[in-house]
Amino acid sequence: MNSFKKNLLKKRYNAERRFQWYGKIAIGLALSFLAVFMFQIFSKGYSAFQKTWIVTEVHYDKELLLIDAESPSKDDLENADYYDVAYKAMTSLDPGLPEEEDRQLIQMVSYKYEAEVKDLLLKNPDYLGKIVPIKLTASDDVDQVHKGNYPRDIPEENRRVNDYQLQIYDMLNERGDILSEFNISFFTSPDSREAELAGIASSFMGTVFSILVCLAFSFPVAVLAAIYLEEFAPKNKFTDFIEVNINNLAAVPSIVFGLLGLGVLLAVFNLPRSTPLVGGITLSLMTLPTIIIAARASLKAVPPSIREAALAMGASNMQTTMHHTVPLSMPGTLSGTIIGLAQALGETAPLILIGMVAFVNTIPGTPVDPAASLPVQIYIWSESAERGFVEKVSACIMVLLAFLILMNLAAQIVRHKFEKKWS
Amino acid sequence: MSKIKVENVNVYYGSKQALFDVSIDIAEKEVTALIGPSGCGKSTFLRCLNRMNDVIEICRVEGSIKMDNLELNSRKLDVVRLRENVGMVFQKPNPFPKTIYENVAYGPTIHGIAQSKEEMDQIVETSLKKAALWNEVKDRLDEIGTGLSGGQQQRLCIARAISVSPEVILMDEPCSALDPIATAQIEELIDDLKKEVTIVIVTHSMSQAARVSQKTGFFHLGKLIEFGPTDKIFKNPDNQQTQDYITGRFG
Repeated sequence: MNSFKKNLLKKRYNAERRFQWYGKIAIGLALSFLAVFMFQIFSKGYSAFQKTWIVTEVHYDKELLLIDAESPSKDDLENADYYDVAYKAMTSLDPGLPEEEDRQLIQMVSYKYEAEVKDLLLKNPDYLGKIVPIKLTASDDVDQVHKGNYPRDIPEENRRVNDYQLQIYDMLNERGDILSEFNISFFTSPDSREAELAGIASSFMGTVFSILVCLAFSFPVAVLAAIYLEEFAPKNKFTDFIEVNINNLAAVPSIVFGLLGLGVLLAVFNLPRSTPLVGGITLSLMTLPTIIIAARASLKAVPPSIREAALAMGASNMQTTMHHTVPLSMPGTLSGTIIGLAQALGETAPLILIGMVAFVNTIPGTPVDPAASLPVQIYIWSESAERGFVEKVSACIMVLLAFLILMNLAAQIVRHKFEKKWS
Repeated sequence: MSKIKVENVNVYYGSKQALFDVSIDIAEKEVTALIGPSGCGKSTFLRCLNRMNDVIEICRVEGSIKMDNLELNSRKLDVVRLRENVGMVFQKPNPFPKTIYENVAYGPTIHGIAQSKEEMDQIVETSLKKAALWNEVKDRLDEIGTGLSGGQQQRLCIARAISVSPEVILMDEPCSALDPIATAQIEELIDDLKKEVTIVIVTHSMSQAARVSQKTGFFHLGKLIEFGPTDKIFKNPDNQQTQDYITGRFG
């Protein structure tokens, strides 16, 4: 081998080695971005899954509850006045506190503490007249102090928790009366203005309903359109024009679809505002072209020999399509559908326009109840000033990601099943 | 006796003419082989006989193709009925990605041939037996057809084609993707089948044409150069081009 050839060979090997390194560096970069992103979210968000409680004692005094009956019924308990009982439960933490300062103690628990006092008695009617321990939801400020997210060493006037409250907190903490438990209410409560009470139940259900509505509208339409265009439509200028327009539709910014939903669904058809029904239909406009393109691609990928085999057996066009081509293209179509739905899952802008950004503190039971959605919830919370919402944003992102991963997993499983059956 | 009478058929792909004035008489219950170099139009001709050219949008067929006095090259013809009577086996084995049973049962199902499950089982068994595949697959009818070997797949395709008892079977180079043993099995099968069906086979292998066919047609550049009894074509052709092709001087 002469030296020229040798050099050339060396160059070729070097080029390949360099190329492999570029690839490795690219993958490394991508992975490290992902790691930083995940670390950020998890380190900020994991504490949202813990809830802080303040333990105190409550005396269900019949007189203070204004209950006259000897053996009170459920209604009596329901209609009793819990204000004083609840108030006393908190002020008893520091009996020496002058009355005009009592707000400082009350502020340490959520504003719903009276309801919590009531709920405990309704669940355990035999507590009436007794002194029992009770867990009250700590205010988001105490919660953040307990989780160590809140600096204690800044000047008092800049702090939301004053020196007196910190002193009480320390006392309670030493006694073991500050509890930290898994935050069930984050998953079961709707949104709230108070960070310690806010949960994702409303937005989660809103997202589930929106995705279902989106699937119900876009999947059949898209699959039928794809089948017609791919298998039956004549190939001419008009169908070319349609194809170009479908591809264009896939590239239209989502906010435009939001405006369409606002202008047509809400203004013309008068569908109920802020509901997953409207949100889902709007999102289905977005997923439609994605599914059509994926379905057409997978129909195209079915080998022509299968079509010929069916046609040569005397199957009609319709039979060839329905018996052979469509079933064989289903795995591809389904994965395209999942990709479309996953896009829709993370979509925020169109939902804001159709009013799903409204503050909803009820859990929707049907697609026509007002609801938020997970990405919009993230957006709403990230705009809130309270420190308690910072961790909620990250926690909500985690739930959204988990939702996405679950969907992809489901898609994989479905796909796997279909493929087993068909090849 | 003539089964299919083809007269002055011209085929065009767009502006390109693929077949020129082809006239041929295909005899009943005989094997007719079509030979010729690649691109000579023999496959195109074969696909005229069951109207598979309909699938190709730019393809246009002119002339008369009569099967038992029924004009095939007519808009009024029901191609579904035609293809029930004229089966086809393709160059590459193309069983459906379904079970062996479903592959054979597909034709009888869509044409409503079997009335009951028992009748269908019977049809599947007979078809697979005629295709000399029954003994190999009888215990695994619910396995996927595409999992068989190439030769078995092609025999499955033949079983599928004969499941609807067609009068004619068209074979488009059925052995070109198979090894010599599988080829020999298919050829044996063709010999058996011709007792009941008319077979038209396109082949690249001249020895195959000589072995299986009674009549042979030689195509070149879209024209039917010579057509006659296989013996005559191979031993004493009238045309110089045929002579050259058969002796391997071109093609």
